[in-house]
Amino acid sequence: MEAFTTHTGRAVPLRRSNVDTDQIIPAHWLKKVTRDGFEDGLFEAWRKDETFVLNKPERQGATVLVAGPDFGTGSSREHAVWALQNYGFKAVISSRFADIFRGNSLKNGLLTVVLDQKVVDALWELIEKDPQAEITVDLEAREVRAEGVTAAFELDENSRWRLLNGLDDISITLQNEADIAAYETQRPAHKPRTVQA
Amino acid sequence: MGRTLAEKVWDDHVVRRAEGEPDLLFIDLHLLHEVTSPQAFDGLRKTGRQVRRLDLTIATEDHNTPTLDIDKPIADPVSRAQLETLRKNCADFGVRLHPLGDVEQGVVHVVGPQLGLTQPGTTVVCGDSHTSTHGAFGALAFGIGTSQVEHVLATQTLPLARPKTMAITVDGELPEGVTAKDLILAIIAKIGTGGGQGYILEYRGPAIEKLSMEARMTICNMSIEAGARAGMIAPDETTFDYIKGRAHAPQGADWDEAVAYWRTLKSDDDAVFDAEVVIDADSLAPFVTWGTNPGQGAPLSADVPDPASYEDASERYAAEKALEYMGLTAGQPLRDIKVDTVFVGSCTNGRIEDLRAAAEIVKGRKVADGVRMLVVPGSARVGLQAVEEGLDQVFKAAGAEWRHAGCSMCLGMNPDQLAPGERSASTSNRNFEGRQGKGGRTHLVSPQVAAATAVTGHLAAPADLTDAPTPAGV
Repeated sequence: MEAFTTHTGRAVPLRRSNVDTDQIIPAHWLKKVTRDGFEDGLFEAWRKDETFVLNKPERQGATVLVAGPDFGTGSSREHAVWALQNYGFKAVISSRFADIFRGNSLKNGLLTVVLDQKVVDALWELIEKDPQAEITVDLEAREVRAEGVTAAFELDENSRWRLLNGLDDISITLQNEADIAAYETQRPAHKPRTVQA
Repeated sequence: MGRTLAEKVWDDHVVRRAEGEPDLLFIDLHLLHEVTSPQAFDGLRKTGRQVRRLDLTIATEDHNTPTLDIDKPIADPVSRAQLETLRKNCADFGVRLHPLGDVEQGVVHVVGPQLGLTQPGTTVVCGDSHTSTHGAFGALAFGIGTSQVEHVLATQTLPLARPKTMAITVDGELPEGVTAKDLILAIIAKIGTGGGQGYILEYRGPAIEKLSMEARMTICNMSIEAGARAGMIAPDETTFDYIKGRAHAPQGADWDEAVAYWRTLKSDDDAVFDAEVVIDADSLAPFVTWGTNPGQGAPLSADVPDPASYEDASERYAAEKALEYMGLTAGQPLRDIKVDTVFVGSCTNGRIEDLRAAAEIVKGRKVADGVRMLVVPGSARVGLQAVEEGLDQVFKAAGAEWRHAGCSMCLGMNPDQLAPGERSASTSNRNFEGRQGKGGRTHLVSPQVAAATAVTGHLAAPADLTDAPTPAGV
């Protein structure tokens, strides 16, 4: 995973709640067997509408998505995270994220930042008024900064440490392989098996 | 202090607990399918890792599989390539696979319980959010992303922060004609699509205890639609009876030991939940969705709501957008909504009891002119059983299409899709924009409402059918 320390970039205001993963990346894109090449599928249906915010010239090259509450609801498809990253987003800000989407984002180095809706409203106003306005997402300071806005955000220390260092979860877990092996020897015999080991 | 069911199962699977770290949980059963696994197997190859526990891993094909002509090569080359990738991955790494055409193939969440692999007190994961289905057995079961799929393949564990717990107590008894699907849609409408975020839900109370295993699976299946990764129901005699004798059920002394353990899997009387919700089953009626998220639902007898009636600005805006997309007008009676397609199937409502319920209603009746009704069993084995019971003939006689098993029109990754502007009554779990096909409009319903809707051509409950069915054979 790529490390995330701090990022500054222009932003896209997405004033919609309950943006589900079928909107982020429609199911027919899920037939791909790679982690890249999903950028054209991002918000595919909405992008057919010329007036959709992502299509506006002033939003090209933006890297921070500021979305309504309950972003990423629905399916567990990690493709939603890859699509956002493939398109160029480095961070998503919302007042509430769906659990699975949030977990997936943090495993891929896409920083999902939870801020009060009031702060989200302030950011929307700022970036709608001035499309050139930049937002800084600072993971070291756990802070979002933009003109007239400074807001602290929470992220558990363990996730933060993994992101700051770009650590691979599997390697960390395998450092405790002895614990896994010890647990395995104590599992009851009645537990189901798919095949005879 | 006592513990909740979720806490007991969690505690029994902690491999490692350390200050400032998420718990490392052991995974008892890992289910794989073709869509969310290819990149995970690639990851294993890149790092030279193996599947740690092949005996706790099983794969099937469901999302992409066609429901017609399954003996011919798959027409869509991209779908075919994805299925071939799964077959190669399973062959290379030694994973048990039930491919298209196999009697155990089907929607992954129908296959696990059917084989008896889903058992109380186990941890079950799959790269699919409807893994919550397995919680109906008192398992801790949740959907994971592809990075976590790779993690489980390599380590048979997952590092996870412990969620909070929420009790959803359903008092009373579901009235005649009201099903588990109506109940879960009503629960989601009440707590909202984000209401369960950060929680494991436990459904309990007299109305839940009376439900069959399959009805319980319908309930737990849609926990994710309330934002909860997992939903659970304490195992009881209904659960044990369902598991007993299945291919992977414990045998002999193991069975007795297992049941003794399973009986301990209920929330203690003095357990404290982080949140509690109470639902009165007696007051419920058939429930349908009118909008584009599963929380936008109402009793079938209601009218399409007026967005102006929402106090919350973002809900109001969401309702306006939903009505626009769905092509509905505020105040229009839900019963007046005409549909083009009826879909019976999916991991929510594709099991044998669902097919029986729908068949009972269409038996001796005809699907309305201009309506297409698709019946897709949740697994090949469910399909076989339905054929043994003659249900396929009932559906065909009514003018419905009887198909092979798979996810099908629930998410339209195979050719079973809605055309732009087409409207469906669907027994599946998501009414998101374009979910069943670009521009398609979905109303989530129970199998009974789906069947009655197919007959009348507009959203309807079985009680609305005034015609007497024609006797069989006529």
